[in-house]
Amino acid sequence: MNFDFSDDQKFLKGEARKFLEANSPTTKVRKVLDDDAKAYDADLWAAVAGQGWLGAAIPEEHGGLGLGHLELCVIAEELGRAVAPIPFASTVYFLAEAVMLAGDDKQKAAILPKIAAGELIGALATSEGPGVLTEGSVKTTVAGGKLSGVKIPVTDGDIADLCLVIAKENGKSGLYLVDLNGAGVTREAVKTLDPTRDAARLVFKDAPAERLGPAGEGFALLEQINDRAAILLSFEQCGGADKCLEMAKAYALERYAFGRVIASYQAIKHKLADMYVKNELARSNSYYGAWALNTNAPEMPIAASAARIAASEAFWFASKENIQTHGGIGFTWEMDCHLYYRRSRQLSLVAGAPRVWKERLVSHLERRNAA
Amino acid sequence: MDFNDTPEEAAYRAEVRKWLDANAPKKAVADDGEGGGSMAASKAWQAKKAAAGYAQITWPKEWGGAGGTPIQQVIFSAEEAKHPIPGNPFQIGLGMCVPTVATFADQATKDRFVGPALRGEEIWCQLFSEPSGGSDVAAARTKAVRADDGSGDWLISGQKVWTTGAQFSDFGIVVCRTDPDAPKHKGLTMFWLDMHSPGVEVKPIHQMSGGSGFNEVFFTDVRVKNSQMVGPLNEGWKVSLVTLMNERLAVGGASGAGWKEFMEAARGVQGYDGHAAIKDHAIREKLADWYVQAEGLKHTRNRTMTALSRGQTPGPESSIGKIVSAVQMQDLGNSALEMLDQFGIIADPELAPLHAAFHTSVMFAPGLRIAGGTDEILKNIIAERVLGLPGDIRVDKDVAFKDMPTGR
Repeated sequence: MNFDFSDDQKFLKGEARKFLEANSPTTKVRKVLDDDAKAYDADLWAAVAGQGWLGAAIPEEHGGLGLGHLELCVIAEELGRAVAPIPFASTVYFLAEAVMLAGDDKQKAAILPKIAAGELIGALATSEGPGVLTEGSVKTTVAGGKLSGVKIPVTDGDIADLCLVIAKENGKSGLYLVDLNGAGVTREAVKTLDPTRDAARLVFKDAPAERLGPAGEGFALLEQINDRAAILLSFEQCGGADKCLEMAKAYALERYAFGRVIASYQAIKHKLADMYVKNELARSNSYYGAWALNTNAPEMPIAASAARIAASEAFWFASKENIQTHGGIGFTWEMDCHLYYRRSRQLSLVAGAPRVWKERLVSHLERRNAA
Repeated sequence: MDFNDTPEEAAYRAEVRKWLDANAPKKAVADDGEGGGSMAASKAWQAKKAAAGYAQITWPKEWGGAGGTPIQQVIFSAEEAKHPIPGNPFQIGLGMCVPTVATFADQATKDRFVGPALRGEEIWCQLFSEPSGGSDVAAARTKAVRADDGSGDWLISGQKVWTTGAQFSDFGIVVCRTDPDAPKHKGLTMFWLDMHSPGVEVKPIHQMSGGSGFNEVFFTDVRVKNSQMVGPLNEGWKVSLVTLMNERLAVGGASGAGWKEFMEAARGVQGYDGHAAIKDHAIREKLADWYVQAEGLKHTRNRTMTALSRGQTPGPESSIGKIVSAVQMQDLGNSALEMLDQFGIIADPELAPLHAAFHTSVMFAPGLRIAGGTDEILKNIIAERVLGLPGDIRVDKDVAFKDMPTGR
């Protein structure tokens, strides 16, 4: 049994933590939070590119480090722990993964080196309005290589260079690459629940579009991309959830009420124990996801769903009960609790809400157990 | 990251498989579920394992073990479970009682007890819990007083409760109050005793689930020799910690109907609008949650095994198993009953789905949430030992035991 990260991967994780503590303390995260004009931390983005993280899983022939997805998982955990305000997920988990999964040689050669170098920010545009997007409900269309429609919200859509868009061509879904700096694109930032992660409303009018992957299989491909992203996002969620538990513990150990430290009350101890249990269940599910992602296992849809569901639950619980443990001070803007509370919502919704994944998980279990 | 054995583990697994294929029972012997129904088969299997060095793999060779590693024990147990082996009534004795006695006893006592216990010839029980103290083991009231005949013997009187296997045990270890004037943790002493001694009376407890897997044990002037003391006089609390350290490893998680059985049942039961219940979204969401929890526990075990495989001490994550699985057993069972709608009240195994497995879960889970550390005690343990939070403020630490409020 070898169901853990290697010593090298753990070392990388430790280095990533030190790097982010130095380069992205929450005092810096707050600069993005407090400034509406600031969509992300461009300095951190450049520094992260310098570390090679953007290309950790990109093959060397395309300018990456060619390490692998397990290395990307440990980096993701640290980014989540640091609530890093950069378009890492949009660019790496969604766009780079999509291109590596379905891109042709030309697309890979054109896009991946730029991602690895930090020269290209990516985005994925699926949602068109409130509620769950289905193949039948997609209204964005492609005809003659031109894409038209409205996508909202698109995380990092206000700063991205290249966007992967799900749209219909001849009545069938496909995924299309659109240059957001090119013709036929207008974009406006929308106010988000987590201002450290921006989103935009994108309006396409005859924007030049290039298909990624086979025609007519956009939704199937999107599910594969979401699986891969969900596993990586689950590590960000684990990192955030663990940080919340640490914050709650540290505060409970220094705060006195009724003549004793509040960490000595069972009401607090049991709350923190509940956090610990959920965090460990999430971590174990995420590890299985990491294994599936790294080996491209057929179990990936089930492993990804379980990781996403467990990690979403853990981060939500830990972030809300961290505020509760802090009491009144936890409800102030100055305390960092709400940064994690906000990020927990952002991460749980960005690749589809947990209830959608629960439905998906059960569908896969039904199919597997019928087979 | 993978699920593979190391070359050494693979070789050991192959060796174990070969031995089990040649020696393990070929078909199951009916077990009454109380640990006594297949006693002859259990003892025969234990003796066979002991002869081959598989009874307690991690024990040192001088005790009859194999001097093996924890991961070897894990491998053996996993392979053994694939065969229709009889129940294991030796676990409490070998896991908790005998190591405690052996830690403190002289060589002659060790020589007398270790071998027979290992071979399944003698069974041990652990006599800790009392009617007035379950989670609070140190509140034990069963007393041991010196006989006034100058023999140096002790006379034990009182009552223990929830004693697993007392009805078929040959020996037991018992925590007794020897100094009621001392604070409660400082007036306890541990003894081993022969369960067939005069004055020992074992009565089965009729559980709310209907079965009787546990016992009350009454002691009336049970005479034990001073040499049967385990550890020093009035140091019984420290001795019992040695025993309890092993308990949480021994009390397993929930078994029985899980997400697979729930899904199977949901396929065959009518839900809203005439569709199968598996199409109901509320049912699907619950099923997903249980699957994710069960997978989380499974892979947490895999992480623990990985630590063992790498020769490391497993992290604290291994402490979450029972707390999650016992609660799930109760909730999953109840959801299944609700899914059956009015039919859910029927507990007749001939009529209820899966021979009333969900009813069994609902009726047994309350016990599992209490046994071997209640949910609340386990959360305290996680909070204090894993997270490093302070212990409760205690009102019973410096008070003489006899002056402590008891509520009655």
